[in-house]
Amino acid sequence: MSLTNLTIAAALKKLRAREITATELVSAHITASEKLRGLNCYITETPEQALSAAKTADARYMAGNPLPLDGIPLANKDLFCSRGTRTTAASKILENFVPTYESTVSQKLLDAGVAFLGKANLDEFAMGSSTLTSAYGTVESPWKRASSPDVKLVPGGSSGGSSAIVAARGAMGATGTDTGGSIRQPAALTGIVGMKPTYGRCSRWGVIAFASSLDQPGPFARTIEDTALMLNHMAGYDEKDSTSARIETPDFTSGLDKDIKGLRIGVPKEYRPEGMNAEVAAEWDKGAAWLRDAGAEIVEISLPHTEYALPTYYIIAPAECSSNLARYDGMRYGLRVAGKDLTETYENTRAQGFGHEVKRRIMIGTYVLSAGYYDAYYRKAQRVRALIAQDFTRAFEKCDVILAPTAPSTAFGWDEKSNDPIDMYLEDAFTIPASLAGLPGISIPTGLAKNGLPLGLQLIGRAFDEVTMLCVATTLEMAAAFTATPTIMAT
Amino acid sequence: MAYTIKGQTGEWEVVMGLEIHAQIISDSKLFSGASTGFGAAPNDHVALVDAAMPGMLPVLNEACVRQAVRTGLGLNAKINLTSVFERKNYFYPDLPQGYQISQFAHPIVGTGKIKIDLPDGTSKEIGITRLHLEQDAGKSLHDQHPNKTFVDLNRAGVALMEIVSEPEISSPEEAAAYVKKVRSILRYLGTCDGNMEEGNLRADVNISVRKPGDPLGTRCEVKNVNSIRFIVQAIEYEAARQVEVLEGGGKIEQQTRLFDASTGTTRTLRSKEEAHDYRYFPDPDLLPLTLSQEYVENIRRDLIELPDAKKARYQDMLGLSAYDASVLTAEKERADYFEAACHDRDPKLTASWVINELLGALNKSDLDLGQSPVAPAALGELIDLISDQTISGKIAKDVFAEMLESGQSAKAIVADKGMQQITDPVAITKIIAEVMAANADKVAEYRSGKDKLFGFFVGQTLKASGGKANPDLVNQILKEQLS
Repeated sequence: MSLTNLTIAAALKKLRAREITATELVSAHITASEKLRGLNCYITETPEQALSAAKTADARYMAGNPLPLDGIPLANKDLFCSRGTRTTAASKILENFVPTYESTVSQKLLDAGVAFLGKANLDEFAMGSSTLTSAYGTVESPWKRASSPDVKLVPGGSSGGSSAIVAARGAMGATGTDTGGSIRQPAALTGIVGMKPTYGRCSRWGVIAFASSLDQPGPFARTIEDTALMLNHMAGYDEKDSTSARIETPDFTSGLDKDIKGLRIGVPKEYRPEGMNAEVAAEWDKGAAWLRDAGAEIVEISLPHTEYALPTYYIIAPAECSSNLARYDGMRYGLRVAGKDLTETYENTRAQGFGHEVKRRIMIGTYVLSAGYYDAYYRKAQRVRALIAQDFTRAFEKCDVILAPTAPSTAFGWDEKSNDPIDMYLEDAFTIPASLAGLPGISIPTGLAKNGLPLGLQLIGRAFDEVTMLCVATTLEMAAAFTATPTIMAT
Repeated sequence: MAYTIKGQTGEWEVVMGLEIHAQIISDSKLFSGASTGFGAAPNDHVALVDAAMPGMLPVLNEACVRQAVRTGLGLNAKINLTSVFERKNYFYPDLPQGYQISQFAHPIVGTGKIKIDLPDGTSKEIGITRLHLEQDAGKSLHDQHPNKTFVDLNRAGVALMEIVSEPEISSPEEAAAYVKKVRSILRYLGTCDGNMEEGNLRADVNISVRKPGDPLGTRCEVKNVNSIRFIVQAIEYEAARQVEVLEGGGKIEQQTRLFDASTGTTRTLRSKEEAHDYRYFPDPDLLPLTLSQEYVENIRRDLIELPDAKKARYQDMLGLSAYDASVLTAEKERADYFEAACHDRDPKLTASWVINELLGALNKSDLDLGQSPVAPAALGELIDLISDQTISGKIAKDVFAEMLESGQSAKAIVADKGMQQITDPVAITKIIAEVMAANADKVAEYRSGKDKLFGFFVGQTLKASGGKANPDLVNQILKEQLS
């Protein structure tokens, strides 16, 4: 088996058994990344750093005291600040920004021995579901539609560079961040696993903020086990993030092989709207049947405020982003486009530094927080958000884990969405409710649509009960036995 | 007597409310570990979060919360067990985040009240509306370069308390007394040093005028008045300006105005239309701040005695006059000095020495109590010498002058200069005999009924003793000898 096809778990076994070296493993992925360069997965590649990490990992393997993820090559979303490496958030406004600090999550992974291959491309400031809004070019999905292999497809977003490189076997896993679906949706579109932990599980310190009350780092990998292994070295209370949860970090792999007999799986009736994609609906039914066959009880649940989730999200997230992005003013770091006075310098800098989607959200956010509109929009949205969270609390009285689709369709072409931003916003209709409620969610690849593109199913767990969610996810993974691979692959 | 402005159409009342911004005494900033020390080189005290680097997050400094609660208790105010930090959004180069973290709808401290002492000896209660925690901004330096502005972020993120009063202040004197009282309470509590020159205590004054009995007029806010004298000036100018506008048939527009210390006037900074829309919303990087009642009670239990309580104790327990008690408690430094000097000594005598001699002398040489060449214990020693009759009160003043001059102890000065009182009746009798011998004619006059001459003999005797004879003994023995 080629080194780039290994799972993290399998690679660790081989490394520990000294069948392969970390340098071999990392080199194979660097070579793969070079071959995959056309997909534009990375904004900045860091092969030297990766090789140097591999070398120290090998020394530890030789000495018999390796770190838990020693020498595992990963991609790092370019939203995580990296000490000494340019970090852009895929925005022109941070074109030349080199942090002097390392984000808590990426530091934890480094402390576990990983080798970062580069900074993965994303939608600008993580705002998007396609990676089309990056100031550093669009990411191409490694998948091709059977009927139209010439159409370039999106890898989903915002963590599209991460999902594409992992799917194409250029990295064994990747970091991502999920605000309204930015890990789960790209995972679904590229046929890999992506998980958003409970809000507060992973520190946001050093992660460039989009919407602080929703942003949550999480892992991408090709198996549930790998995802859990990565999360073990990403999660944990951080005193530098006041919203991080002061709660014990379990071993996320601990429940993977447990039986799901007797578990109640909730299927929300509101997630089956009129005109729903038939293949997506069928996949969902198939997933429920697998879980039933494995001994779980399928219960219909109701999340009555689901229809308000999307509009609520598109008030709260822009409101927070309008304030979070105020710091990019050309005064201390990043792009500065001088004008004749201070106001013009602000205007020039932000006009040239931000892309359309970012500007749109800053404007929406500024509007909904303005005097006279705050009550009608922001305050009301906060109330609805509380109702949505309450929906889940009530639903979890009747079930242990919720099963739903991840994305409303398979991957779309670069030019296939209309100019109406709402069209794109609907991509996250199934992922946003759990985000608003701060709950953990995971997308598992379960099959291919007729067009040959992957479909994913989503599980939503109780707050801080990722272990049960991962247990159910493993059952789905085993039942689905998803082995399809993308058209474009390194090997 | 109520303060009024006499206009052409009659008398006008002035109504004021004050917002005091007090820098909290703490080692580090409100949301970062950077130092709050004064006088560092520009941008020396800046943590990553203070400079709003991408991905940086605020972490609340508990010491600042404690200070705010302590202050709230000192202002006799309600402590809100849940408060919320919100973002106040606006762009300015010395505001790195593009927002100030402040408290808006849910401040940490609610309504309270304090008593202010007025120059005529009366006092008045002023309501406190709220106290909230917020970050200070950095400093823009416009005078360092012909066409550039420099920014110093040392102050960016330092914790401030904004203390808002009810609109219950009705004269410049009351405003001055209010600021003095708040400053005194903050200093007593050790929550703010009250230093207005360094900008650690700043006030914005909201001023409106009205005819007696009328509803409140439209107010103007005068910003950043940084001394008590300027507060009085700003109010006098602004109130007169408003009366003039109204009597001229005009209307007061709600404005933010700036006080110009060089001219003693105020001018428009921005009109209501130009006012910022701050777009306050709860800061999603910070959870609501919740305190337990126990936490508050622990702080309350450790609270030191505040000026009003101290003043009452000085009057009731130590028997001081209202005036003396008020002077001594006005500043914590004075009260501390007095208590250290007094110890087990006569409180009235000590109070008199502290107020009349020490504070008088320091005032003359323009020194603070902290710079006093005479330490409390040294003054106590002098008072002991008076009490045990080693020296007279009169001699004590000479000794004190010498202490101020040389910094030597009272005992040393008295010993060196042989200033001990003569309390030996034999010695005094001897001096009196000499005085009588030298003034035989006056003795005869006295004995023939010219009683008024008694004072002459006392004076002569004291003079002959070099001022050292005990005056009571001189009196007593003279009476015997002259009879």
